[in-house]
Amino acid sequence: MNEPARKMDYKRPDLSGAPDIVEIKKLVTHYGEREILHGIDLSVREGEIMVIMGGSGSGKSTLLNTLLGLLHPTSGEVRILGENLHGVSDVERTRLRQKMGVAFQGGALFSSMNVLENIMLPLREHTKLDANTMRIMARLKMQVVSLDGFEALMPAELSGGMIKRAAFARAIVMDPRILFCDEPSAGLDPVVASAIDDLILTLRDAMGMSIVVVTHELESAFKIADRICVLDKGNILMVGTTEEVRGCDNERIQNLLNRRTEEKVLDPDEYLRNLTAAND
Amino acid sequence: MSEASERTLPTRIAERLDQVGRKAVAAVAEVGLGAALLGQSVFWMFLGRSRAQPVRIKATFERCMEVGIQALPIITMMSVTIGMMLAIQGIYTLRVFGAEEQVTVGIGFSVVREFGPLITGIIVAGRTGSSLAARIGTMRISQEIDALTVMGINPVRFIVAPALIAMVVMVPALTFWADLVMLAGAGWYVSVALGMSMAAYTDRIVEIVSVGDLMHGLSKSVLFSVLITLVGVINGANVTGGAEGVGKMTTRSVVLAISAIIVTDMVFAFITTR
Repeated sequence: MNEPARKMDYKRPDLSGAPDIVEIKKLVTHYGEREILHGIDLSVREGEIMVIMGGSGSGKSTLLNTLLGLLHPTSGEVRILGENLHGVSDVERTRLRQKMGVAFQGGALFSSMNVLENIMLPLREHTKLDANTMRIMARLKMQVVSLDGFEALMPAELSGGMIKRAAFARAIVMDPRILFCDEPSAGLDPVVASAIDDLILTLRDAMGMSIVVVTHELESAFKIADRICVLDKGNILMVGTTEEVRGCDNERIQNLLNRRTEEKVLDPDEYLRNLTAAND
Repeated sequence: MSEASERTLPTRIAERLDQVGRKAVAAVAEVGLGAALLGQSVFWMFLGRSRAQPVRIKATFERCMEVGIQALPIITMMSVTIGMMLAIQGIYTLRVFGAEEQVTVGIGFSVVREFGPLITGIIVAGRTGSSLAARIGTMRISQEIDALTVMGINPVRFIVAPALIAMVVMVPALTFWADLVMLAGAGWYVSVALGMSMAAYTDRIVEIVSVGDLMHGLSKSVLFSVLITLVGVINGANVTGGAEGVGKMTTRSVVLAISAIIVTDMVFAFITTR
C-alpha cells in the first residue's frame, strides 16, 4: 500500500450558518413488527462531518439504511438536498443518488471486477464519458485515497485498509455532495484506522463534502466529528459537538464513552449457587 | 411432563395449519417475486436504452459464454451417452416384437421432443442455476446489491437481465446441439447393432422428425431457461446467514429448478399432445 495520507492539522469549520443538506423528521422505522427508530429528528449541515454513534442495537445501521433508501420508513421523512428521498419517483431517486456516495463497512466491491473497474462503475453507468476520460477520473480518485498503482488488482487481493480506500474512491468518483460511511475504521489496525480518519477529514476539507459517518469507534468519532449524534435504543440521546458530548452528564452517554456496561455482570459465586440449586 | 406433550390436539393441529399457511404465503410471494423480476427484466431489455440505462452487452456476452460455450463439453458427453443408452434400450425392447428397425422412430421423437430439452435443462440448472444463486447470494451478503442500489444502478438491470438474456439465447442453442449429438450417438450404436448405415439412419430420422417436433423441444427449452434463471435469482436474493446460507439456497435452487423443469415438461407435453 502507498504511504498513508500525510498527517495534517484539521480545523473544525464554522458551520453555524450552513444550510441543512440532510433533514430527518419524525422518522419511525420498523423491521417486521419491531419498531427500531422511534421518531427521530436530525439534520446534517452542508460541509460538516456528522458522526452517528451508539452501542449495538441502538439503531445506527437502521438509520443509515433508511438514509440510503434501502429501508422504507413507517412514517416521517428523510429529505436529502431538499428532496424527500422516499417520496420521489424512481427516476428522481436515481438522480438524487448520483449526488450521494456510500462507503460500506465491508467495502462491497464487486468481486468480478478489478479495482479500477469497480471505481469506474458509477461513471460508466451514469455518464456518457469516453473510456479514457473515465479511467483518468477513476485514477485521480485513486490518488486521493492513496491507492494509485493498484488498478489491476482484484478485491480478493486487497488488504482490509485497501478495500476501504477503494470503497471510498468508488463512493467519491461522481463527486457527490454527501458521503455516507458505515463503520469506516472498524476491523482495521490503529495506524490504518487513523489514516482512514485523515482521509475522511481530507475529503471534507478538499472536496467540501458533507459526510455522515456511522461508527462505534470512540477515538475515530471524536477525531473526525464536527457534531456527534448519540443514538440509544432507537432514540437520539443528544446531538452536539465533541466537547458538548464529552461534557454531557447523561449517564447512558457517559457509560458509552467510558465503555461501562449497563448489563448486570454475573457474580461467579452467585452463578455457582444458582447452578447447584438447579441441580438439586 | 414435557411442554410439547402437554399441548392439546387442537393446538397442535392449529400450529401445523399455521405452518402450512405461512409456507403457502411464502411460496405465493416467491411466485410473485419471480413474475416481478421477469417483468422488470423485460422492461429493462426493451426500455433501458431509452432511459439511458441499457442492459450491459459485455456482461450479457460473458454470461452467454458461461451458460453456453463453457457447458458444451458436459452437454456433449451426456448427450452422446444418453443417445446410445436410448438406442440400447430401444433395440432391446423392440426385439420382443421383432421390430428393432423401428427404433429410429422412438429415438427421433424422444430425443427431439423430450430428452434433448430435458437433459439440457437439468444440466444447466445444476451448473448455471446454482452458480447464479450462489453469485447473487454472495453479492447480497457482501452488500454488493445494496451498493448497486445506492449508486442508482438497478440490480435487476445489472444482474438479472444479462443472465436472463444469456439463458434464453443459449439454452435453446445448447438443446439443439444436444439433439444433434444425442441423435448421432444413437445412430452410431444403431449402425453397429443393426448394421444400418448412418446415411439410412439419418434419412429415416429426417423423414420422421418434423420441424414442429423440433420447435416443441426448443420452446420447452426457452421455458426452462426462464424458470432456471428466476429460481436461481429468487433463491440468491433470499440468502441470509452468511456462507452457510449461500450453500443452503444454492442447493434449494438446484432442487427447485429441476423439479420445476420436470413438472413444466409434463404439463407442456400434456397440453401440446392433446
